[in-house]
Amino acid sequence: MTGETVAIIDYGSGNLHSAAKAFERAAREAGLDGTRILVTSDPDTVRGADRVVLPGVGAYADCRRGLDAVPGMVEAMTMAVHGGGRPFLGICVGMQLMASRGLEYEVTAGLNWIPGDVGPIHPADPALKVPHMGWNTLEPDQPHALLDGIPTGENGLHAYFVHSYALKADHPTDVVAHSDYGGTVTAIVGRDNLVGTQFHPEKSQRLGLALLANFLRWRP
Amino acid sequence: MLKTRIIPCLDVKDGRVVKGVQFLELRDAGDPVESAKAYDAAGADELCFLDITASHEARGTLLDVVSRTAEACFMPLTVGGGVRTVEDIRTLLLAGADKVSINTAAVKDPDFVARAAEKFGNQCIVVAIDAKRTSAPGAPDEWQIFTHGGRTPTGIDAIAFARAVTAKGAGELLVTSMDRDGTRSGYDLALTRAITDAVTVPVIASGGVGGLDDLVAGVAQGRASAVLAASIFHFGEASIAEAKAHMAAAGLSMRLDV
Repeated sequence: MTGETVAIIDYGSGNLHSAAKAFERAAREAGLDGTRILVTSDPDTVRGADRVVLPGVGAYADCRRGLDAVPGMVEAMTMAVHGGGRPFLGICVGMQLMASRGLEYEVTAGLNWIPGDVGPIHPADPALKVPHMGWNTLEPDQPHALLDGIPTGENGLHAYFVHSYALKADHPTDVVAHSDYGGTVTAIVGRDNLVGTQFHPEKSQRLGLALLANFLRWRP
Repeated sequence: MLKTRIIPCLDVKDGRVVKGVQFLELRDAGDPVESAKAYDAAGADELCFLDITASHEARGTLLDVVSRTAEACFMPLTVGGGVRTVEDIRTLLLAGADKVSINTAAVKDPDFVARAAEKFGNQCIVVAIDAKRTSAPGAPDEWQIFTHGGRTPTGIDAIAFARAVTAKGAGELLVTSMDRDGTRSGYDLALTRAITDAVTVPVIASGGVGGLDDLVAGVAQGRASAVLAASIFHFGEASIAEAKAHMAAAGLSMRLDV
Protein backbone atom coordinates (compact mmCIF):
# COMPACT_ATOMS: atom_id res chain seq x y z
CA MET A 1 0.00 0.00 0.00
CA THR A 2 3.00 2.28 0.14
CA GLY A 3 3.53 4.85 -2.51
CA GLU A 4 -0.05 6.02 -2.84
CA THR A 5 -0.68 9.65 -3.67
CA VAL A 6 -3.37 11.72 -1.99
CA ALA A 7 -4.44 14.89 -3.79
CA ILE A 8 -5.77 17.65 -1.56
CA ILE A 9 -7.49 20.04 -3.93
CA ASP A 10 -6.37 23.65 -3.56
CA TYR A 11 -8.90 26.07 -5.00
CA GLY A 12 -8.17 29.10 -2.87
CA SER A 13 -10.30 28.00 0.07
CA GLY A 14 -8.09 28.68 3.03
CA ASN A 15 -4.96 27.13 4.43
CA LEU A 16 -4.28 23.56 3.44
CA HIS A 17 -0.88 23.09 5.09
CA SER A 18 -2.55 22.14 8.33
CA ALA A 19 -4.70 19.56 6.54
CA ALA A 20 -1.66 18.25 4.65
CA LYS A 21 0.32 17.93 7.90
CA ALA A 22 -2.58 16.11 9.53
CA PHE A 23 -2.69 13.64 6.63
CA GLU A 24 1.09 13.15 6.82
CA ARG A 25 0.86 12.39 10.52
CA ALA A 26 -2.12 10.08 10.03
CA ALA A 27 -0.19 8.25 7.31
CA ARG A 28 2.80 7.79 9.64
CA GLU A 29 0.58 6.55 12.46
CA ALA A 30 -1.12 4.13 10.07
CA GLY A 31 2.26 2.79 8.99
CA LEU A 32 1.74 4.12 5.46
CA ASP A 33 5.05 5.91 5.33
CA GLY A 34 5.29 5.96 1.56
CA THR A 35 2.08 7.93 1.14
CA ARG A 36 2.60 11.19 -0.71
CA ILE A 37 0.31 14.07 0.26
CA LEU A 38 -0.01 16.62 -2.53
CA VAL A 39 -1.70 19.99 -2.14
CA THR A 40 -2.58 20.73 -5.73
CA SER A 41 -4.61 22.87 -8.10
CA ASP A 42 -3.54 20.78 -11.08
CA PRO A 43 -6.37 18.67 -12.60
CA ASP A 44 -3.87 16.15 -14.03
CA THR A 45 -2.48 15.50 -10.56
CA VAL A 46 -6.01 14.92 -9.29
CA ARG A 47 -6.79 12.61 -12.19
CA GLY A 48 -3.69 10.57 -11.42
CA ALA A 49 -4.08 10.48 -7.63
CA ASP A 50 -5.00 7.34 -5.69
CA ARG A 51 -7.18 9.31 -3.29
CA VAL A 52 -8.84 12.71 -3.58
CA VAL A 53 -9.66 15.17 -0.79
CA LEU A 54 -11.84 18.25 -1.24
CA PRO A 55 -11.58 20.66 1.71
CA GLY A 56 -13.53 23.90 1.97
CA VAL A 57 -14.23 26.76 4.31
CA GLY A 58 -16.37 29.83 3.84
CA ALA A 59 -19.62 30.38 2.03
CA TYR A 60 -21.06 27.70 -0.27
CA ALA A 61 -21.40 29.84 -3.39
CA ASP A 62 -17.89 31.27 -2.90
CA CYS A 63 -16.43 27.77 -2.67
CA ARG A 64 -18.33 26.57 -5.73
CA ARG A 65 -17.11 29.58 -7.71
CA GLY A 66 -13.55 28.93 -6.51
CA LEU A 67 -13.74 25.31 -7.61
CA ASP A 68 -15.19 26.22 -11.00
CA ALA A 69 -12.46 28.82 -11.44
CA VAL A 70 -9.83 26.08 -11.70
CA PRO A 71 -10.13 24.97 -15.33
CA GLY A 72 -10.85 21.26 -15.67
CA MET A 73 -10.91 20.54 -11.93
CA VAL A 74 -14.53 19.41 -11.55
CA GLU A 75 -14.11 17.18 -14.60
CA ALA A 76 -10.87 15.73 -13.19
CA MET A 77 -12.50 15.05 -9.81
CA THR A 78 -15.50 13.45 -11.44
CA MET A 79 -13.33 11.28 -13.61
CA ALA A 80 -11.14 10.12 -10.71
CA VAL A 81 -14.10 9.46 -8.46
CA HIS A 82 -16.81 8.15 -10.75
CA GLY A 83 -14.73 6.78 -13.60
CA GLY A 84 -11.76 5.61 -11.57
CA GLY A 85 -13.50 4.64 -8.35
CA ARG A 86 -10.89 6.44 -6.24
CA PRO A 87 -11.71 7.04 -2.59
CA PHE A 88 -12.92 10.61 -2.13
CA LEU A 89 -13.19 12.63 1.08
CA GLY A 90 -15.03 15.97 1.30
CA ILE A 91 -14.42 18.10 4.38
CA CYS A 92 -16.83 20.75 5.73
CA VAL A 93 -17.93 22.84 2.73
CA GLY A 94 -16.09 20.26 0.60
CA MET A 95 -18.57 17.71 1.98
CA GLN A 96 -21.49 20.08 1.42
CA LEU A 97 -20.44 20.53 -2.22
CA MET A 98 -21.16 16.79 -2.71
CA ALA A 99 -24.87 17.61 -2.31
CA SER A 100 -27.28 18.66 -5.07
CA ARG A 101 -27.71 22.27 -3.96
CA GLY A 102 -26.53 24.82 -1.43
CA LEU A 103 -29.10 27.27 -0.07
CA GLU A 104 -26.71 29.69 1.68
CA TYR A 105 -27.47 33.29 0.62
CA GLU A 106 -28.41 32.03 -2.86
CA VAL A 107 -29.21 28.71 -4.53
CA THR A 108 -26.00 27.16 -5.80
CA ALA A 109 -25.61 23.90 -7.68
CA GLY A 110 -23.49 21.30 -5.94
CA LEU A 111 -21.76 18.28 -7.49
CA ASN A 112 -24.96 16.23 -6.98
CA TRP A 113 -23.06 13.15 -5.84
CA ILE A 114 -25.13 12.81 -2.64
CA PRO A 115 -28.69 13.91 -3.49
CA GLY A 116 -29.94 16.48 -1.00
CA ASP A 117 -29.85 20.17 -0.05
CA VAL A 118 -27.56 22.12 2.24
CA GLY A 119 -29.76 24.41 4.33
CA PRO A 120 -29.60 26.40 7.56
CA ILE A 121 -29.61 24.53 10.87
CA HIS A 122 -32.40 25.44 13.29
CA PRO A 123 -31.83 23.85 16.71
CA ALA A 124 -35.15 23.11 18.41
CA ASP A 125 -33.86 24.59 21.66
CA PRO A 126 -33.56 28.39 21.18
CA ALA A 127 -30.78 28.49 23.79
CA LEU A 128 -28.54 26.56 21.39
CA LYS A 129 -26.37 28.94 19.42
CA VAL A 130 -25.67 29.02 15.69
CA PRO A 131 -23.02 28.40 14.32
CA HIS A 132 -22.87 24.90 15.74
CA MET A 133 -19.34 25.52 16.98
CA GLY A 134 -17.17 23.21 18.99
CA TRP A 135 -16.80 19.57 19.95
CA ASN A 136 -19.61 17.09 19.52
CA THR A 137 -19.90 13.31 19.58
CA LEU A 138 -20.93 11.17 16.60
CA GLU A 139 -23.93 8.84 16.44
CA PRO A 140 -23.38 6.21 13.73
CA ASP A 141 -26.35 5.43 11.47
CA GLN A 142 -24.57 2.57 9.72
CA PRO A 143 -21.19 0.89 9.88
CA HIS A 144 -18.44 2.49 7.80
CA ALA A 145 -14.71 1.87 7.41
CA LEU A 146 -14.06 5.53 8.23
CA LEU A 147 -15.24 4.93 11.81
CA ASP A 148 -13.31 1.68 12.36
CA GLY A 149 -11.94 1.56 15.89
CA ILE A 150 -13.24 5.04 16.76
CA PRO A 151 -15.38 5.18 19.91
CA THR A 152 -18.70 6.86 19.02
CA GLY A 153 -21.88 7.70 20.90
CA GLU A 154 -22.37 9.88 23.95
CA ASN A 155 -19.23 8.56 25.65
CA GLY A 156 -17.17 8.44 22.47
CA LEU A 157 -14.50 10.74 21.07
CA HIS A 158 -15.37 14.21 19.81
CA ALA A 159 -15.20 15.91 16.42
CA TYR A 160 -14.75 19.66 15.85
CA PHE A 161 -17.65 21.34 14.06
CA VAL A 162 -18.06 24.91 12.91
CA HIS A 163 -20.99 25.49 10.56
CA SER A 164 -24.40 27.14 10.24
CA TYR A 165 -25.64 25.02 7.33
CA ALA A 166 -25.96 21.25 7.05
CA LEU A 167 -26.60 18.63 4.41
CA LYS A 168 -30.01 16.98 4.45
CA ALA A 169 -29.59 13.85 2.35
CA ASP A 170 -32.60 12.69 0.31
CA HIS A 171 -31.69 9.06 1.00
CA PRO A 172 -31.17 8.00 4.63
CA THR A 173 -28.83 5.30 3.32
CA ASP A 174 -26.34 8.06 2.41
CA VAL A 175 -26.02 9.18 6.04
CA VAL A 176 -23.19 7.41 7.89
CA ALA A 177 -23.36 9.36 11.15
CA HIS A 178 -25.09 12.33 12.73
CA SER A 179 -24.65 14.54 15.76
CA ASP A 180 -27.31 15.87 18.08
CA TYR A 181 -27.68 19.63 18.30
CA GLY A 182 -31.28 20.45 19.11
CA GLY A 183 -32.14 17.88 16.46
CA THR A 184 -30.17 15.79 14.04
CA VAL A 185 -27.22 17.30 12.19
CA THR A 186 -25.63 15.24 9.41
CA ALA A 187 -22.02 14.58 10.39
CA ILE A 188 -20.80 12.02 7.83
CA VAL A 189 -22.26 11.08 4.45
CA GLY A 190 -21.09 8.18 2.33
CA ARG A 191 -21.94 6.26 -0.79
CA ASP A 192 -19.71 3.76 -2.60
CA ASN A 193 -16.23 5.30 -2.78
CA LEU A 194 -17.44 8.73 -1.62
CA VAL A 195 -17.40 9.99 1.93
CA GLY A 196 -17.71 13.44 3.48
CA THR A 197 -17.47 14.91 6.97
CA GLN A 198 -19.22 18.07 8.11
CA PHE A 199 -16.66 18.41 10.92
CA HIS A 200 -12.96 19.08 10.47
CA PRO A 201 -10.94 15.88 10.98
CA GLU A 202 -7.74 17.90 10.56
CA LYS A 203 -8.78 19.91 13.65
CA SER A 204 -10.23 17.04 15.63
CA GLN A 205 -7.12 15.80 17.41
CA ARG A 206 -7.40 12.08 18.25
CA LEU A 207 -10.67 11.31 16.46
CA GLY A 208 -9.53 13.29 13.44
CA LEU A 209 -6.18 11.58 13.00
CA ALA A 210 -7.79 8.14 13.46
CA LEU A 211 -10.43 8.96 10.85
CA LEU A 212 -7.86 10.25 8.35
CA ALA A 213 -5.81 7.08 8.87
CA ASN A 214 -8.96 5.03 8.19
CA PHE A 215 -9.53 6.99 4.99
CA LEU A 216 -5.98 6.26 3.84
CA ARG A 217 -6.52 2.52 4.47
CA TRP A 218 -10.03 2.44 3.00
CA ARG A 219 -10.60 0.05 0.08
CA PRO A 220 -14.17 0.74 -1.03
CA MET B 1 -24.04 16.71 22.70
CA LEU B 2 -21.97 19.84 22.12
CA LYS B 3 -19.43 20.40 24.89
CA THR B 4 -18.32 23.54 26.70
CA ARG B 5 -14.96 24.69 25.40
CA ILE B 6 -11.92 25.72 27.45
CA ILE B 7 -9.66 28.14 25.60
CA PRO B 8 -6.23 29.10 26.91
CA CYS B 9 -5.15 32.48 25.56
CA LEU B 10 -1.54 33.43 24.90
CA ASP B 11 -0.45 37.05 24.59
CA VAL B 12 2.15 37.24 21.85
CA LYS B 13 4.50 40.16 21.28
CA ASP B 14 7.12 40.22 18.51
CA GLY B 15 6.63 36.49 18.09
CA ARG B 16 7.20 35.66 21.77
CA VAL B 17 4.81 34.76 24.57
CA VAL B 18 4.48 37.64 27.02
CA LYS B 19 5.23 36.60 30.59
CA GLY B 20 5.80 33.05 29.38
CA VAL B 21 4.12 29.82 30.18
CA GLN B 22 5.68 28.85 33.45
CA PHE B 23 4.29 25.48 34.43
CA LEU B 24 5.14 23.44 31.40
CA GLU B 25 8.60 22.08 31.13
CA LEU B 26 9.26 23.67 27.82
CA ARG B 27 12.65 24.05 26.24
CA ASP B 28 11.65 27.57 25.38
CA ALA B 29 8.79 28.95 27.48
CA GLY B 30 8.66 32.06 25.33
CA ASP B 31 7.96 30.19 22.11
CA PRO B 32 4.22 30.32 21.33
CA VAL B 33 4.48 27.18 19.21
CA GLU B 34 5.94 25.15 22.08
CA SER B 35 3.16 26.38 24.38
CA ALA B 36 0.53 25.62 21.75
CA LYS B 37 1.82 22.07 21.35
CA ALA B 38 1.70 21.56 25.11
CA TYR B 39 -1.90 22.81 25.32
CA ASP B 40 -2.82 20.64 22.35
CA ALA B 41 -1.41 17.59 24.15
CA ALA B 42 -3.15 18.67 27.38
CA GLY B 43 -6.57 18.58 25.70
CA ALA B 44 -7.39 22.28 25.35
CA ASP B 45 -10.48 22.65 23.15
CA GLU B 46 -9.17 25.63 21.20
CA LEU B 47 -6.25 28.00 21.35
CA CYS B 48 -6.22 31.77 21.17
CA PHE B 49 -3.25 33.98 20.26
CA LEU B 50 -3.63 37.65 21.01
CA ASP B 51 -0.96 39.66 19.22
CA ILE B 52 0.01 42.77 21.17
CA THR B 53 2.91 43.74 18.93
CA ALA B 54 2.84 47.50 18.68
CA SER B 55 4.06 47.92 15.13
CA HIS B 56 2.24 46.65 12.10
CA GLU B 57 5.60 46.03 10.41
CA ALA B 58 6.38 43.15 12.79
CA ARG B 59 3.40 41.22 11.42
CA GLY B 60 5.65 38.70 9.72
CA THR B 61 6.75 37.17 13.00
CA LEU B 62 3.12 36.57 14.01
CA LEU B 63 2.32 34.92 10.69
CA ASP B 64 5.33 32.66 11.14
CA VAL B 65 4.11 31.70 14.63
CA VAL B 66 0.61 30.98 13.29
CA SER B 67 1.82 28.83 10.41
CA ARG B 68 4.21 26.81 12.58
CA THR B 69 1.42 26.26 15.13
CA ALA B 70 -1.07 25.18 12.48
CA GLU B 71 1.40 22.64 11.16
CA ALA B 72 2.01 21.12 14.59
CA CYS B 73 -1.38 21.36 16.32
CA PHE B 74 -4.47 19.67 14.92
CA MET B 75 -6.92 21.82 16.84
CA PRO B 76 -8.74 25.11 16.23
CA LEU B 77 -6.77 28.33 16.51
CA THR B 78 -8.14 31.87 16.88
CA VAL B 79 -5.82 34.81 16.29
CA GLY B 80 -6.53 38.42 17.20
CA GLY B 81 -4.83 41.74 17.71
CA GLY B 82 -4.33 44.53 15.22
CA VAL B 83 -6.69 43.09 12.60
CA ARG B 84 -7.76 46.11 10.54
CA THR B 85 -8.39 45.03 6.97
CA VAL B 86 -9.84 42.19 4.92
CA GLU B 87 -6.28 41.58 3.76
CA ASP B 88 -5.12 41.17 7.42
CA ILE B 89 -7.77 38.46 7.82
CA ARG B 90 -6.83 36.75 4.59
CA THR B 91 -3.14 36.54 5.52
CA LEU B 92 -3.96 35.12 8.97
CA LEU B 93 -6.33 32.51 7.54
CA LEU B 94 -3.82 31.57 4.87
CA ALA B 95 -1.14 31.24 7.55
CA GLY B 96 -3.38 28.69 9.27
CA ALA B 97 -5.67 30.52 11.70
CA ASP B 98 -9.17 29.03 11.81
CA LYS B 99 -10.81 32.11 13.23
CA VAL B 100 -9.78 35.74 13.37
CA SER B 101 -10.77 38.07 16.16
CA ILE B 102 -11.58 41.70 15.33
CA ASN B 103 -11.67 44.37 18.01
CA THR B 104 -11.04 48.08 17.43
CA ALA B 105 -11.70 47.88 13.69
CA ALA B 106 -15.21 46.55 14.38
CA VAL B 107 -15.88 49.45 16.76
CA LYS B 108 -14.65 52.02 14.25
CA ASP B 109 -16.56 50.46 11.37
CA PRO B 110 -19.16 47.72 12.02
CA ASP B 111 -19.50 47.27 8.25
CA PHE B 112 -15.97 45.84 8.32
CA VAL B 113 -17.51 42.82 10.07
CA ALA B 114 -20.02 42.47 7.23
CA ARG B 115 -17.31 42.65 4.57
CA ALA B 116 -15.20 40.09 6.43
CA ALA B 117 -18.11 37.68 6.95
CA GLU B 118 -19.21 37.91 3.33
CA LYS B 119 -15.68 37.15 2.17
CA PHE B 120 -14.68 34.39 4.57
CA GLY B 121 -17.93 33.18 6.14
CA ASN B 122 -19.24 34.12 9.57
CA GLN B 123 -17.82 30.93 11.12
CA CYS B 124 -14.33 32.43 11.14
CA ILE B 125 -15.17 35.97 12.23
CA VAL B 126 -14.97 36.57 15.99
CA VAL B 127 -15.68 40.03 17.35
CA ALA B 128 -13.84 40.82 20.58
CA ILE B 129 -15.93 43.08 22.82
CA ASP B 130 -14.04 44.88 25.59
CA ALA B 131 -16.64 46.32 27.95
CA LYS B 132 -16.69 48.25 31.21
CA ARG B 133 -19.61 48.79 33.55
CA THR B 134 -20.76 52.40 33.32
CA SER B 135 -23.93 52.22 35.39
CA ALA B 136 -23.94 53.64 38.92
CA PRO B 137 -24.30 51.15 41.78
CA GLY B 138 -27.98 50.31 42.18
CA ALA B 139 -28.89 51.64 38.74
CA PRO B 140 -29.87 49.25 35.91
CA ASP B 141 -26.87 47.44 34.42
CA GLU B 142 -25.10 49.22 31.62
CA TRP B 143 -21.78 48.52 29.95
CA GLN B 144 -19.86 50.50 27.36
CA ILE B 145 -17.32 49.46 24.78
CA PHE B 146 -13.79 50.60 25.59
CA THR B 147 -10.80 50.46 23.28
CA HIS B 148 -7.03 50.70 23.78
CA GLY B 149 -6.88 48.18 26.58
CA GLY B 150 -9.82 49.67 28.42
CA ARG B 151 -8.54 53.24 28.50
CA THR B 152 -10.67 54.84 25.80
CA PRO B 153 -14.44 55.04 26.21
CA THR B 154 -16.51 55.03 23.03
CA GLY B 155 -19.98 55.82 24.37
CA ILE B 156 -21.25 52.68 22.61
CA ASP B 157 -23.57 50.42 24.60
CA ALA B 158 -22.06 46.93 24.80
CA ILE B 159 -25.32 45.01 24.41
CA ALA B 160 -26.45 47.07 21.43
CA PHE B 161 -23.00 46.64 19.89
CA ALA B 162 -23.13 42.87 20.40
CA ARG B 163 -26.48 42.72 18.59
CA ALA B 164 -25.22 45.00 15.81
CA VAL B 165 -22.04 43.05 15.01
CA THR B 166 -23.93 39.77 15.15
CA ALA B 167 -26.41 41.12 12.62
CA LYS B 168 -23.42 42.14 10.46
CA GLY B 169 -22.11 38.58 10.45
CA ALA B 170 -19.95 37.90 13.51
CA GLY B 171 -20.00 34.15 14.14
CA GLU B 172 -18.85 34.35 17.73
CA LEU B 173 -18.29 37.00 20.39
CA LEU B 174 -15.32 37.14 22.77
CA VAL B 175 -16.61 39.20 25.69
CA THR B 176 -13.99 40.60 28.05
CA SER B 177 -14.83 42.58 31.15
CA MET B 178 -12.20 45.31 31.39
CA ASP B 179 -13.25 45.82 35.01
CA ARG B 180 -12.33 42.26 35.85
CA ASP B 181 -9.43 41.59 33.49
CA GLY B 182 -6.33 40.83 35.55
CA THR B 183 -8.17 41.08 38.89
CA ARG B 184 -8.72 37.35 39.47
CA SER B 185 -12.16 38.16 40.91
CA GLY B 186 -14.12 36.17 38.32
CA TYR B 187 -15.92 37.00 35.09
CA ASP B 188 -18.48 39.82 35.08
CA LEU B 189 -21.31 37.29 34.96
CA ALA B 190 -24.06 39.86 34.50
CA LEU B 191 -22.27 41.19 31.42
CA THR B 192 -21.68 37.70 30.02
CA ARG B 193 -25.28 36.72 30.61
CA ALA B 194 -26.70 39.94 29.19
CA ILE B 195 -24.77 39.49 25.94
CA THR B 196 -25.44 35.74 25.70
CA ASP B 197 -29.16 36.41 26.06
CA ALA B 198 -29.03 39.20 23.46
CA VAL B 199 -27.43 37.23 20.60
CA THR B 200 -27.88 33.91 18.78
CA VAL B 201 -24.16 33.22 18.28
CA PRO B 202 -21.78 31.54 20.76
CA VAL B 203 -20.20 33.76 23.42
CA ILE B 204 -16.76 33.24 25.00
CA ALA B 205 -16.46 34.58 28.56
CA SER B 206 -13.17 36.34 29.29
CA GLY B 207 -11.47 38.51 31.88
CA GLY B 208 -10.95 37.92 35.58
CA VAL B 209 -10.58 34.19 36.14
CA GLY B 210 -9.02 33.52 39.53
CA GLY B 211 -10.02 29.91 40.07
CA LEU B 212 -11.86 26.97 38.61
CA ASP B 213 -15.21 27.95 40.10
CA ASP B 214 -15.06 31.07 37.93
CA LEU B 215 -14.99 28.85 34.83
CA VAL B 216 -18.08 26.99 36.07
CA ALA B 217 -19.90 30.25 36.79
CA GLY B 218 -19.11 31.60 33.32
CA VAL B 219 -21.18 28.78 31.86
CA ALA B 220 -23.71 28.04 34.59
CA GLN B 221 -24.59 31.67 35.28
CA GLY B 222 -23.11 33.57 32.35
CA ARG B 223 -24.42 30.92 29.90
CA ALA B 224 -21.24 31.22 27.83
CA SER B 225 -20.47 28.52 25.24
CA ALA B 226 -16.76 28.71 25.99
CA VAL B 227 -14.50 30.02 28.73
CA LEU B 228 -11.20 31.74 28.10
CA ALA B 229 -8.43 32.08 30.66
CA ALA B 230 -4.74 32.85 30.66
CA SER B 231 -2.78 33.09 33.86
CA ILE B 232 -4.37 30.26 35.84
CA PHE B 233 -3.24 27.90 33.11
CA HIS B 234 0.07 29.52 32.17
CA PHE B 235 1.25 29.71 35.77
CA GLY B 236 0.29 26.14 36.52
CA GLU B 237 -2.39 26.86 39.12
CA ALA B 238 -4.63 24.47 37.23
CA SER B 239 -4.15 22.08 34.36
CA ILE B 240 -6.64 21.82 31.51
CA ALA B 241 -7.54 18.34 32.78
CA GLU B 242 -8.20 19.64 36.30
CA ALA B 243 -10.33 22.44 34.92
CA LYS B 244 -12.37 20.00 32.84
CA ALA B 245 -12.79 17.58 35.72
CA HIS B 246 -13.93 20.41 37.96
CA MET B 247 -16.44 21.68 35.41
CA ALA B 248 -17.72 18.16 34.69
CA ALA B 249 -18.17 17.56 38.43
CA ALA B 250 -20.26 20.74 38.52
CA GLY B 251 -22.58 19.18 35.95
CA LEU B 252 -21.27 20.80 32.77
CA SER B 253 -20.74 18.76 29.60
CA MET B 254 -17.03 18.63 28.88
CA ARG B 255 -14.91 16.88 26.29
CA LEU B 256 -12.76 14.46 28.22
CA ASP B 257 -10.97 12.80 25.23
CA VAL B 258 -7.16 12.90 25.06
